[in-house]
Order: sequence, then structure tokens, then C-alpha cells
Amino acid sequence: MTEKNKNQKSKSNVHSLYPRKLKLQITWIFIIVLLFYFYSLYETGADFVTLIVDFDKIINALFNKMLPPNWEYISVAIDPLIETIQIAVVATTFSVLICIPASLMAANTIVKNKFIYQTTRTILNILRTIPDILLATIFVSLFGIGIISGILALTIFSLGLLAKLLSETIETIDPRQLEAIRASGGNIIQVIWYGVVPQVLPQFISYGLYVFELNVRASLVLGFVGAGGIGTIIDTELNFLRYQNVMAILIVLLVAVIIIETISNMLRRRVV
Amino acid sequence: MGKYLPPKPHQTQKRIRNLIIYTILAIIFIWAFKGVWDRADWSVFNNLAEKFQRVIPSLFSPDWNQLDKVWEKIVETVFIAYAGTLIAAILAVPFGFWAAKNMVKSPIWNTLGKWFLILDRTFPELILAIFFVITVGPGAFAGVLTIGLTAFGMLGKLYAEVIESIDMKVVEAMEANGANKMQILFYAIFPQVLPEFLSFALYRFEIDIRASTILGLVGAGGIGTLIVLSAANRNWEQLGLILLGIIVVVSVIDFASTKIRKRLV
Repeated sequence: MTEKNKNQKSKSNVHSLYPRKLKLQITWIFIIVLLFYFYSLYETGADFVTLIVDFDKIINALFNKMLPPNWEYISVAIDPLIETIQIAVVATTFSVLICIPASLMAANTIVKNKFIYQTTRTILNILRTIPDILLATIFVSLFGIGIISGILALTIFSLGLLAKLLSETIETIDPRQLEAIRASGGNIIQVIWYGVVPQVLPQFISYGLYVFELNVRASLVLGFVGAGGIGTIIDTELNFLRYQNVMAILIVLLVAVIIIETISNMLRRRVV
Repeated sequence: MGKYLPPKPHQTQKRIRNLIIYTILAIIFIWAFKGVWDRADWSVFNNLAEKFQRVIPSLFSPDWNQLDKVWEKIVETVFIAYAGTLIAAILAVPFGFWAAKNMVKSPIWNTLGKWFLILDRTFPELILAIFFVITVGPGAFAGVLTIGLTAFGMLGKLYAEVIESIDMKVVEAMEANGANKMQILFYAIFPQVLPEFLSFALYRFEIDIRASTILGLVGAGGIGTLIVLSAANRNWEQLGLILLGIIVVVSVIDFASTKIRKRLV
């Protein structure tokens, strides 16, 4: 935007397309954004000059430390990977089951009671602000080290997200069908089963798959705080500075993530 | 027989397909639940009440003396997210154009751009954070680079979708009037896409604040280090303060960003 301003100042005979006030406003916002950016770079100790100048050294250091990956370690990494996927499947299942009533209560097309609607929304919004690592830490301190804490943390974490997505979808469905079922004497269960479910099912499945992918990634974090999964061995190997083993784990994990995402994309394309 | 309904096609085929899908799903669920059941350590439920009594009350009575320390770390987290998102938001513009179908003539080149962004998105944050901590050393800068690189993949994809949805007639009109590439970019494309670019960048900023909380696990700065430390020291009052601080900060930023985004688009 500022480049445009410069252009127009130098050629004053050209009429500007934008009003002066808007340009001033945008310039100010731009300056503030940039100043804040430089301040945050200063605050975080960012050093791009060294990064660019010593780029080859840095890459060399990375390659020397991490390559070649310790291929023998892959067999050790398989079992934690399976554990990770199992945790993700179970947590996704639980959160999908819990999110159905939660999102119905957080949709104003179903629940006419303002109080219930607002309370559910607020609880879900607060849940969504808590990062996964904090949930995992709290659950580990409550339930001790192990995969039960991990499953609970992931369930709660994905519940917030899933319920928000689903309730927003339910709010955008065609209300006339619900009206018609209500008018012909259908009770709330019938309204939901015949009015809501057919309209949201494809999106619901797609969200479920999306949350499953997220959970596989998030369960990487869990291991670092003792909640099971592949993060546990990454943490151990990092602490012992065995970077070649870390590299082997990362390769296994990356392959698994790519496979899972490919399958889930294929399924999603069929459903939606 | 005036009318007849054609038989529904592939009925048996469809049934068999559904049956196969359900069987596979059932096998996956049984496998996962059985695995979790075997791995889980059920003894954690033995003295649950005692643990709850020890942890929960102190979690909800935050230790306000630690406010300075916690606040400093939360601010650092926000700064990491901000610097990272801005880098990504700017870096993603050329890549968004590269991956947009209507901007790149050669389909191979275009698909290459798409793949590049997909490749970037497959890396989980923590993996990149580990790479950056090893290369540039522990500290917030590693976190900035991590957030920048992960946000860049998603923003590039979203930008490409926005660019693909613009009104190409404006571009054609300017081309017909003899405008050069820069003029088309600034007067035909940017006015159409910038509000949505900014809106997506803000949305990604919300995500990145949450994402940058985990960077501390591998030493890439932010509040994560403090979370792990306070849990290890069983300092639940401090953990309670962190929890409260994150909820407040994230809610405020989400609220502000939603307001700005509504005005933008």
C-alpha cells in the first residue's frame, strides 16, 4: 500500500483512486504494525543477519548432527507411534460423541433458551483458549503419568474445536425443514434425527477426520509432559543429545502423518 | 405401464462397499480401544480423590506474586506469535501467487507450488522447533522461525484460494488498456485480495498464539518452559496463574481479532 502512495506522490498529475483519509489511515496502521514487528523482533532476540550470513554453517551443523539418521532406531520408534495413533483414535471418538450434545446446545436453531445457549457457548469458548500442552500438564498432574491423561487432554482439547465447528454448521442449516417437522408434531429427537442429521452429516464426518489429524499431531506434544505417545521417546533422545535417533523418529512420524493425511483427504473428498 | 422407475443403480455394489467401509472402521476402533486398554495404567484411579484435593484447590488460587514472571513469558509468547505470523503473512504472498491456478500459466509449475506448500504443512510445529533449536540455538528466535515456517504453509494455501476466486475481468480490462504487470498487481489484484489476506493473517495469529505455547517444550522460548517447570515443581498456584493468564490473553486477542476481521471483510 505504501508503495502505491509513493507512486502517487511523485506523479501528482495522476488522480488517486483512493480518498486521502483512507490512505493516511492505512499508512498509520502499516507503520504501527511494522514498529510492533521490530519491537517484537528485538524482544525475541531475532537475528536474521547472522541467520543469512552463516546459513551454510547452520545447515552444515544440522546435517552433521542429525544425518545420517539411525535407521536401526526406527524399529524402536514403531511401537510408540502405534500408541500415538491409538490415543488419537480413542480421543477423537470420545470427543465426537461428547460434541454432539454440546454442539446441539450451542446452536440457536435447536435451543431456544438463551441461558443454556450462552452458557454452553462461553464454556466452549473458554475450553478452546486453553492450549493442548496446558491441558496435558493439568491432566498429568491429576491422573499421573500415562496415556489416560493423554486421552483425556486430547478429548477436551478437540471437544472445544469440534463443538464450535459443528455448532456453527448447525446454525447455518435450512431451518424450514426443522420447522416442518415441528409443525407436523415431531418431538426434539425427531427434529434432530430427521432435520439436523441429514444436513450436517457430511460436514460432521469431515470435521471428525480433520480433528483426528490434529490429534495425531497434538499427541506429539503429549509425550513431552508424560502423557504417552511418540513424544516420550523424542524427549528422552533429545535430552541425551542423540540427534541421529531423533531424526529417525521424526522420519517415522512424518511418514505416518503423510499417510494419515492422504487417506483422510481421500475420504473427505468422497464424503463432502 | 405409463411410467416406470429405473432400478436404482449399483445397489448391491454400494451395499458391499458400505459393508467393507464399516468393517474396516470397526477393526480400527477395536484395534485402538484394545491397544489403549492394554497400555493404560488403571491404577491411576486408585487415589484420585486425594490427588484432586491436592491439586484442584491450589490450581484455582493463583499465586499473584508470580505475576511478573508469568506475564513476561506470556508477552514473549505473544511476541513470538506476532513476529512469526507477520513473517509468514509476507512470505506467503509470492507463494500464494505461485500456487494460484489463474496466475501461473504452466500447470506443472503451478502444481509444484501447491506441493511445496503441502510439504510445508505436513511438518508438525514441534519437529520444526527441534530443527531450529539445534541450528540457531535455544531461545525465542528459534520459536519465531518455527511459527513463521508453519504458518507460511497454511497462509500460502489460503492466499492461493483467495487469488483463484478473484474477478479476472478487472485484470483483463487492465491488460487490454495496456497496463504492465506491476500496475495490474497493484490496481487489479491487490484491492481484491488484501482484505481477505489480512483477515486470514489475523486468524492465523490467533492460532499461532496457542501454537507458540508448546515451543517452550524443546527450548524455543515462550510460556511452555514455565508450564513444564511449574508442573515439575508441583507449583500448582503458579500453574493456575498461567492458566488464567493464557485464558485472558487469548480471549482478549481472539475478541479483538474477530472484531477487526468483521470490519475488514
